[in-house]
Amino acid sequence: MARKLLLEHINVPGINTFDVYRSKGGYAAVEKALKTLTPEEIVEEVKKSGLRGRGGAGFPTGMKWSFLAKPEGVSRYLVCNGDESEPGTFKDRFLMTHIPHLLIEGMIVSSFALGANTSYIYLRGEMMPQIRILEKAIAEAKAKGFLGKNILGTGYDLELYVQPGGGAYICGEETALLESLEGKRGNPRIKPPFPAIAGLYGCPTVVNNVESIAAVVPIINDGGEEYAKIGIGRSTGTKLISAGGNLKRPGVYEIELGLSAEEFVYGDDYCRGIANGKRLKAVVAGGSSVPILPANLFLKTVNNEARLMSYESLSDGGFVSGTMLGSGGFIAYDEDQCIVRNTWNFSRFYHHESCGQCSPCREGTGWMEKVLHRLEYGHGKLSDIDLLVDVSKKIEGNTICPLGDAAAWPVASAIRHFRDEFEWHVTNAHEATTRNYGIANYADPLNAVVA
Amino acid sequence: MLSVQDTNTPVTFSPELKAKFADVVSRYPAGKQKSALLPILHLVQAEYGWVSAPAMDSVAEYLSIQSIEVYEVASFYTMYFLKPQGKYMLEVCRTGPCEIVGATPIMEHIEKTLGVKEGDVTADGLFSWRGVECLAACGYGPVLQIGPEYTFYENLTTDSVDKLIGDLKAKANN
Repeated sequence: MARKLLLEHINVPGINTFDVYRSKGGYAAVEKALKTLTPEEIVEEVKKSGLRGRGGAGFPTGMKWSFLAKPEGVSRYLVCNGDESEPGTFKDRFLMTHIPHLLIEGMIVSSFALGANTSYIYLRGEMMPQIRILEKAIAEAKAKGFLGKNILGTGYDLELYVQPGGGAYICGEETALLESLEGKRGNPRIKPPFPAIAGLYGCPTVVNNVESIAAVVPIINDGGEEYAKIGIGRSTGTKLISAGGNLKRPGVYEIELGLSAEEFVYGDDYCRGIANGKRLKAVVAGGSSVPILPANLFLKTVNNEARLMSYESLSDGGFVSGTMLGSGGFIAYDEDQCIVRNTWNFSRFYHHESCGQCSPCREGTGWMEKVLHRLEYGHGKLSDIDLLVDVSKKIEGNTICPLGDAAAWPVASAIRHFRDEFEWHVTNAHEATTRNYGIANYADPLNAVVA
Repeated sequence: MLSVQDTNTPVTFSPELKAKFADVVSRYPAGKQKSALLPILHLVQAEYGWVSAPAMDSVAEYLSIQSIEVYEVASFYTMYFLKPQGKYMLEVCRTGPCEIVGATPIMEHIEKTLGVKEGDVTADGLFSWRGVECLAACGYGPVLQIGPEYTFYENLTTDSVDKLIGDLKAKANN
């Protein structure tokens, strides 16, 4: 079995309570960090670990921490990003539901490392049950002296609060999240200045994903070098992958980075293949924003090498034949799924979630949704396909935040890899409203099957 | 919980609700009480079932901010209801991963069973439903949530939806 650093004790009854969590070695990282390490040493361990942001961008966490400005007499903040709204991603919800103290422990260590005395965990508003779970865990930790004034007699003070959002995908973008936490609309800010210089209330701020903060706990317990030994190349450590779609066993899996993609989909320890005896048609490997890949390109690179679940291997081939690890929101599509319908569904999502600040995204996402809708419902023209590519190119790179890119990539990649399915929706418009295209030649050659 | 509120009458919050507001405000530095806006709007909605303009005006007064600062936030975020809803608002995830495991048939079934269109309220005032975007429960789809507790109902089938609606009706009539 692969090593588990975050979910090792997930099946222990009562692990969501302080006492059981503590009996399994919980809060040892807080004791070690606050009593034996300096903040600089903690940052150094995180740098050595090679931990990369688990929210999707994959930026090295230690480096992000080292950018934090430390002007005299100015408060610094750590804000945990639990907005988790990327379609396909549900790993943070799982972690917070079942082992909330791991996040609290990570928040204490990380806040100490960054010199923050007030920290916030921002959760999407729909996660009210998780907010209640975390608030209970915080109260327990506080009662045991791990939060509040003079933690463990070290003189370090920390208050930790949970903040609900209001239901907006855009608040997963860190500057939009900060705006939301300040009680405003979630409009992303123009960078620079980056949050490390001017973040929450204009103060230096670090925003980290839930899983990144949780990973700090094993890094401090075992040391950054030990953590870096797990994984492959610059993809160190373990990663939570939330797998959904047409799988036999969907769910949240902690994998060692570098696991083969084939093993993840078909292995007994993981998803166990495609449900209902069907075949894999396509995969979205890291949340709805990353390029969709046909089964053959997901399992093997164009150089015929086995694809691995790592930052580098999944992006092998760039966007021409690769994708991204992203947030670990894994979606599998079986042979009966319609790529045009799925692309329309995603574009509706991005249109709905665009904050409206930048015209290319506000207008472009709506155009893409409309054009894809008419293709799906049999009113499309062949020229619509290139029109979609054109619109997606005009959004990409032309917006303040990456939502524009996130909206453009799924459309561009679906057309890149599944163009004949789009064309079939135009040339066989009536048939396309009565059945799906089937697996065709995307996995291996097979005549179109009836849905 | 009041389901309908006279929108012309100013809203006065109960001392219990105001105590909850004060607890939220205490989480932020002095002068940054506007940060409490989203949590307070959730509290208001849990109390009244929706957020009316007079309620928003009272929130603005409580936080010493302009009414427009409350309106723009309440209208930006999808969780706040700007008109009365049924006592139980069934919010069904309609995004990609839920869609490919059958979100659309679930919504069609709910529409047929309740006999109201998306966003409308049943005659008895008990139910509304709508499709919402990804709820971060993609491995357990199709999924729906019901506020203000935001309880999740996962791996939905038409049978489990029928049972849920039946249970909620029984609960409301007791």
